[in-house]
Amino acid sequence: MTTTTSSATAVAPQKGKVLFARTPALTDTVTNYCPGCTHGIIQRLVAETIDELGIEGTTVGVCPVGCSVTAYDFYSCDMVQAAHGRAPAVATGLKRSCPGNTVFTYQGDGDLASIGMAETVHAATRGEKITVIFINNAIYGMTGGQMAPTSLPGQVTQTSPYGRDIETAGHPIRVCELLSTLDGVALAQRVTVDSPKNVRAAKKAVRKAFEYQIEGLGYTIIEVLATCPTNWGLTPTAAFGWLRDNMLPYYPLGVYKDVKAGEGEK
Amino acid sequence: MSEKVLMKGNEALAEAALRAGCRNFFGYPITPQTELAAYMAKRMPKAGGNYLQAESEVAAINMVYGAAAAGARVMTSSSSPGVSLKSEGISYLIGADLPAVIINVQRGGPGLGGIQPSQADYWMATRATGHGDGHVIVFAPSTVQEMADLVAKAFDLADRYRVPVMILADGLLGQMMEPVVLPDPIDTAEIPAKDWAANGHKGLRPHNTISSLFLVAQQLEDSVLARHDRYQLIKEVEQMAQEEQVEDAEVVVVAYGAAARVCRSAMHKAREEGIRAGLIRPITLWPFPTDSIVRALGPGRAFLSVEFSTGQMVEDVRLAVEGRAPVSFFGHTGGVVPTPDEVLGAIRRAASGERFNELPFKNRPKGGVL
Repeated sequence: MTTTTSSATAVAPQKGKVLFARTPALTDTVTNYCPGCTHGIIQRLVAETIDELGIEGTTVGVCPVGCSVTAYDFYSCDMVQAAHGRAPAVATGLKRSCPGNTVFTYQGDGDLASIGMAETVHAATRGEKITVIFINNAIYGMTGGQMAPTSLPGQVTQTSPYGRDIETAGHPIRVCELLSTLDGVALAQRVTVDSPKNVRAAKKAVRKAFEYQIEGLGYTIIEVLATCPTNWGLTPTAAFGWLRDNMLPYYPLGVYKDVKAGEGEK
Repeated sequence: MSEKVLMKGNEALAEAALRAGCRNFFGYPITPQTELAAYMAKRMPKAGGNYLQAESEVAAINMVYGAAAAGARVMTSSSSPGVSLKSEGISYLIGADLPAVIINVQRGGPGLGGIQPSQADYWMATRATGHGDGHVIVFAPSTVQEMADLVAKAFDLADRYRVPVMILADGLLGQMMEPVVLPDPIDTAEIPAKDWAANGHKGLRPHNTISSLFLVAQQLEDSVLARHDRYQLIKEVEQMAQEEQVEDAEVVVVAYGAAARVCRSAMHKAREEGIRAGLIRPITLWPFPTDSIVRALGPGRAFLSVEFSTGQMVEDVRLAVEGRAPVSFFGHTGGVVPTPDEVLGAIRRAASGERFNELPFKNRPKGGVL
């Protein structure tokens, strides 16, 4: 029940040409993310997409339980905070009652693939016209580094202190692969943000997802492989290295479902 | 005014919701409320609204949360075990100050329980619809007509106070057919605008946030207390109860919903044999109609709470009475409906000055109150 005012103007430089400025769909609230965390990059990509498409006034975002729980303070569009895992159901209510709006959820791996898996799968199979930004960093961040449904085999976390044992803890979930089997999914793509090139590719994917939603094509999900230097116990740079060495082999980047594939869009 | 029609209670709830401007329904099948969802599935698309069978009760209540956040009139319905699943979402609705209407057509519990009429969810509805310091307004209809009438009021109060409202019915009321005069459809343009809703700011206002999160303790307390200010007002102005022959009563029976119908028959029988029985029928369970109970206090008067449970509302009767009169209890649970003669037996005992908490335990020599 809070209202924050956003300044829609970028910070004015003292002199010279503006090379980089806050995009208006982000508020000027300082984020609470750890140094080196990739949430900031990914949230900006979503905000840039909203601005490029000119849809801030008709967009509603849903933030999850997790590190991005307070993302409602960072976006200038209307925002709704959801119970843990329930963002797709909340987004369903938001979208069905206001079908003209663009609705996105921003969810972590615990939120989306553990406690909220039922809501995720069913929103996807219904072809719910929402965009899901799925942050997969293979760990629970906000609660301090516990095993996630996407933690890798052998990965040491607070609750897998001897490394994730697949005999007892099971296997990590490949979300894009899983959801790509569902007919309601219009776009399922896995990207990462470890380099400028990959950031640009991620941006393109996010924008495509929003465009597909606006075209009414169905459920869209962009899985972003992300880092959690704090809970991985690595420097930001080393964290990108760990991501490349460990996450990319298990979670290959790529387009897993694209209803427009073959139309030259891919 | 509409014509009188014969309807099931569950269907009357659904039709009344449509007439109250509800165009969003999210549910999940469970006996004995399924007719409500089936009715909505049939009618809602033709009324231009949204009917969606969710994957679970948990998802359904969160869809309600989303639609309510967008400012829509929205309803869900379930029965006891399903309402347990909804409790998380109800807590979030409370915490985010979102209006919504939740139907609970109660069945016996705990666990999977049974599918027969029950009032065993009184505590859940009035004490703990979810975690945290919060309440929902709870209506307890006693006839199909009242089910229809209370729906529009539920939506109005939900919007006015920004609280969820629960209609606590039971399998008996949900399944029975009675003549009902349906309320006229409202003019949806008269529903007050919700300037707090997250439905897209369209560049016309600052962005709205719907959230129940306050990480600073003082801010959370402030938020809870602001809500409790509204609760206080609700307690002062929204109590509802029906009082029947209470003026001269020596035994005041307190019963709600379907139990009140049984008690009314027992009250008439008691009067026929010279026992001055009266009936207070709470229509709001939260706020509990304490004022009606207090008004009924008087020398030589006894109270008797009769419920389809092991004794839940009786605690509210005792809280209202504050030791100023004897309060007794009689009930059946698990879907067993007390007979008027059983209640008459309890009224006789209360009239003779006995004070009791009576359940029909089978291993007792007397086997209950008769």
